[in-house]
Amino acid sequence: MKGQAIDRFAATLPAETRASVYQSTKATHEKRTRLLFDQFADPDRLRALAGEIKQHAIENLDTYLPQAEARLRANGAQVHWAGTAEAACAHVLRIMRDRGATKMVKAKTMVSEEIELADYLGRHGIEALETDLGEFIIQIDHDHPSHIVRPIIHKNRREIATSFEREGLGAYNDDPATITRRARHHLRHKYLAADVGLTGANFLSAESGRIALVTNEGNSRFSVAATRCHIVLVGIEKIVPRDRDLGLLLNLLGRSATAQDLTVYTEFISGPRDPAQPDGPEEMHVIFVDNGRTEVLAGECREILRCIRCGACLNVCPIYRQASGHAYRSVYPGPVGAVLSPLLLKENFPQKADLPKASSLCGACHEVCPVNIPIPDLLLRLRARAKEENVPSPGTPPMGPWALLASQPTAWRAALVAGRALNVLPTRLIPVPALQAWTASRELPGWRGGEFRRWLKARRRPAPPAR
Amino acid sequence: MTDDRESILSRVRGALAPLHERAPLPAYDSEIAVLRSLLAGRDLAELLAERMRRVNGLALTSPAAVVAHLRAGGHRHGYCDPALWPELAPHFADGFTVETRFDRTRVDEYAFGITRAAGAIAESGTIILKDRTTSSRLGALAPWVHIAVVSRADIFGDVTQAVAALGEDRNVVWCTGPSKTADVEGILIEGVHGPGEQIALIVP
Ligand code: SF4
Repeated sequence: MKGQAIDRFAATLPAETRASVYQSTKATHEKRTRLLFDQFADPDRLRALAGEIKQHAIENLDTYLPQAEARLRANGAQVHWAGTAEAACAHVLRIMRDRGATKMVKAKTMVSEEIELADYLGRHGIEALETDLGEFIIQIDHDHPSHIVRPIIHKNRREIATSFEREGLGAYNDDPATITRRARHHLRHKYLAADVGLTGANFLSAESGRIALVTNEGNSRFSVAATRCHIVLVGIEKIVPRDRDLGLLLNLLGRSATAQDLTVYTEFISGPRDPAQPDGPEEMHVIFVDNGRTEVLAGECREILRCIRCGACLNVCPIYRQASGHAYRSVYPGPVGAVLSPLLLKENFPQKADLPKASSLCGACHEVCPVNIPIPDLLLRLRARAKEENVPSPGTPPMGPWALLASQPTAWRAALVAGRALNVLPTRLIPVPALQAWTASRELPGWRGGEFRRWLKARRRPAPPAR
Repeated sequence: MTDDRESILSRVRGALAPLHERAPLPAYDSEIAVLRSLLAGRDLAELLAERMRRVNGLALTSPAAVVAHLRAGGHRHGYCDPALWPELAPHFADGFTVETRFDRTRVDEYAFGITRAAGAIAESGTIILKDRTTSSRLGALAPWVHIAVVSRADIFGDVTQAVAALGEDRNVVWCTGPSKTADVEGILIEGVHGPGEQIALIVP
């Protein structure tokens, strides 16, 4: 099949997967909207404000990063800086080796996916076990997450039950409660046996050095209750100026991601455990990860660095709902991924320059974004960049003939009349590939060319005198 | 091993240098996201109980009610903060085994854990745990039932107040209802890694 890569992928998606992705994204989006508009007189005002705060933060990273670093150090944490994915992985490995550690439990962190940490550690003889239920299932299946917040949105209970059986986690049983109980039992012994707990960070407050971390399952909490060493991977864009800004952003994150006032576990961690506390890390390492973010900051799409990874833009996106997450070939799918993934590739941008075209520019992503990122504008900027850099664009119909027609009034008028032929000719006989691709799965609407011109002409006539 | 601190910061400065002006930090009222109409004129302990129910948590007001709840659920073996135990012990009659040291090698044996909460947030139905007031992170997390003992005076109205009171503690956790997931086909299941039942015992 011809067309863009994302279309080709979407065409192969099983109908059942498509239906479940569609239904659950739609349900989450509707719940989110009801909650926000029930609770707040003007949720859009909150989104705009949160966006301004994050924009300020990323435009002042040169102040805030050293400030957060100093606070973390003062609290007894160690801070490391990693320019690339490889550097971040190497930091983690060195920290583990210094402790003679061989086992890690991982709470969901998108950055660790981005830098492919688990594979790296595996090659160096270290087991890095995912603990989020969805991520755990992804790991045992050697699969990839397909949603920022709901990693296994593309799987059904029967597939999961089969995987559990294969892994020796009990006889086949596809009851979700049983699946969850089995994971609970299996994973708690893994936490207790692990040397190191690795987490991400949803926010980092420059004022206090506090890392704010949210999970519903409590897996990050268990990771830092059971292990003696805590490693945090934090993208440098996660910074916010003050603790009070955390209040606003946390209020928006839970509601936007899962329609909850607050995510179940909201942790604020600014150093190793208190001396009086028997459980938890005596050592804390925070790794500031760049991996392409400074390039994004230097470019004209820096607004995307405001993103708080809530997944709301995925849930509302008509393309994501049809194509699911793997279609984006990236850790970050959906509208946010269509902007961020090509940018993070730096000079390899052309490899994913098709993603910004996977959008109807309907604007829904911008409307729901809790930090008010103008995603459609960013997509257009990236399309323009691809054009400027002469990135080939297979599947895009040539616009030359159309431009010619549209710039010549006589030719345009003639075309409007000639178009009526479409109402009688079978479309498969018309040798325009774009038209055939379109009509492969839909009907062409009846031709109504020229109606607007007639309407406009009629309006120009003087109004009849009033009676 | 080299550290990339200087190169990252210099790239950041280079990226920001061309900006004519940087986005200002907007001034705003911290209360902007507070659910005022919910809080107006309400007793905070009552509101906490109501909001906890909304997230499938439970607020109780007497040790006897806690004991009855544990008995009804068949939860007979648990952990309790040693500082709380002298006061609670008389309410736990025969048939309960309560330890005041959490032994991680027997993690599966504890059906409940009782620890002190540093506070609560009425608006969201949240319990606040801090390292300095929690006797054991695991004791509050691993058992199926967690009972957090909250003093009435420590209940905040809203999230904003609770953020302002984060204080010096290096580890603060807000727990809003039981541990949960909707990973499998979007179906809500409670008790994934943490407690399947989150209870607040509100004391004077
Ligand atoms: S771009 Fe906005 S809506 Fe999308 S995940 Fe990021 S914060 Fe959420």
